[in-house]
Amino acid sequence: MNEIAPSPEGHVKEGTITMDAGEMRCDANPSSPTAPDPSCVVRAPIGLLAELTHRCPLQCPYCSNPLELEKVNVELSTEDWQKVMREAAQLGILQVHLSGGEPTARRDLEEIVKTAAEAGLYTNLITAAVLLKRERLEKLKECGLDHVQISIQDVDTQAENADRIAGYKGGSAKKKEVAGWVRELGMPLTINAPIHRHNIHSVEAIINYAVELGAGRVEIAHVQYYAWALKNRSSLMPTRDAFMAAARLVERKREELKGIIVIDAVVPDYYAKYPKPCMGGWGRGIINITPSGRVLPCHAAESITHLEFDNVRDKPLADIWLNGDAFQKYRGTSWMKEPCRTCPRREIDYGGCRCQAFALTGDAANTDPACSLSPLHEEWAKVADVESHQSPPAFVYRRPGGATPKPAAEKTPVSSDA
Amino acid sequence: MGEPTPRQRTVIATDSKPVMPPYIKMRYDAGRNRWIILAPERLFDPDPIAVEVLKLCDGARTVGDIAAHLSNEYNAPAQDIEVDIIAMLQDLSDKGVVKA
Ligand code: SF4
Ligand code: SF4
Repeated sequence: MNEIAPSPEGHVKEGTITMDAGEMRCDANPSSPTAPDPSCVVRAPIGLLAELTHRCPLQCPYCSNPLELEKVNVELSTEDWQKVMREAAQLGILQVHLSGGEPTARRDLEEIVKTAAEAGLYTNLITAAVLLKRERLEKLKECGLDHVQISIQDVDTQAENADRIAGYKGGSAKKKEVAGWVRELGMPLTINAPIHRHNIHSVEAIINYAVELGAGRVEIAHVQYYAWALKNRSSLMPTRDAFMAAARLVERKREELKGIIVIDAVVPDYYAKYPKPCMGGWGRGIINITPSGRVLPCHAAESITHLEFDNVRDKPLADIWLNGDAFQKYRGTSWMKEPCRTCPRREIDYGGCRCQAFALTGDAANTDPACSLSPLHEEWAKVADVESHQSPPAFVYRRPGGATPKPAAEKTPVSSDA
Repeated sequence: MGEPTPRQRTVIATDSKPVMPPYIKMRYDAGRNRWIILAPERLFDPDPIAVEVLKLCDGARTVGDIAAHLSNEYNAPAQDIEVDIIAMLQDLSDKGVVKA
């Protein structure tokens, strides 16, 4: 049996891009040696990351949403999202990740889940959990919700730290309560923990906490430095030593907890030798749709300023996926320059992240500076080393307008919910 | 009520009664012309033998029963089949795809 895809996307929440779900891994299993499978070549997307809204009561400084958050008045309607779900299933998408912002901030989430499930999609809810009531969770389950992923900032015994990171008082306790309901309802639970300087010391405790909560999976998701995380990089970047220690720990816990919990880890590319295949390759496995219906090859793609994106309101999803400019532009390998163009890894990592290449070199077709073969790599990697050893500046919290804060916003406020 | 997550690794043996929990979905993907298993943030690609075995995993049959059944069907020694099946199901159990 081959595992086709470690989930992607799933993670996109909370600033992590574990979206290599798009990557179709074809690992042969010992009992069934497999030749390269034709379906690993056929490129229908397998995952849809549906950002239902950018509204969110939390303010995580590593949020993967863009600095310019989309407003509620531009969001797609219920019918629009239902149409998207049906079109996604027809296109061959298998899993939909209902994300945000906070997806439960949409009152029509039940209707969207129901349509997705009826269309045959496997439905994942990627939530910060603080808005959920038990009855609503039951309702969502009835509508066909398959899986719940709850993001946490730290363990419950470090609730103060967790709530400070999220900028939301009482969040940690509430998440614990909701996780309990998920299990009581017999639904599978994943705990997602974005890891950075302010909680990297808790990695082992977080894994144990996920076991305690009854999760079948835990994601140790080192923050990926785009969007808000990039803005807060100097506050969030862990030292290389701390990262290495965490990586060793994950290995040890995997052995120790084999058969009890699955531990997935997303590595920070500042400390890697080669980049990750961003989204499993551009336009290859994943589609991302923003709250207003813009269709992106990855959730950060809007940062590449010359790309134009189609909207699901104007065109069928299949047409956008197959022919849309933004998807065609960096699909495959023919757009590559050296050193990627002739590199043996070009179909393994697809030259890394286009957004990072654009941000740092001004040309998205350049090699991602995360790659040690990029001429900019050394300079880039040094940034992490320097920043991680300085005392961390205050967070720039994720909230509308927060990216250009007035002086007052520099205090680290902890808002409480209604 | 949901089953509590086991604190101990499930060890698959002859008398285990494996079953896929309801949130693990094995189905035929007509577009790709293959069977797939949908799981939380995962996709698995079962080969024809795995599909056959998993269809027999109903929570009532034991691994021994399944091996005997397949041994009849394929005219192969049940012993060999059982060893194969246990290895496969153990791997799937460790990944949370199968409970026993
Ligand atoms: S602010 Fe909200 S959407 Fe952003 S990472 Fe935190 S919980 Fe997720
Ligand atoms: S040169 Fe390009 S293709 Fe080669 S490893 Fe680096 S990013 Fe990947």
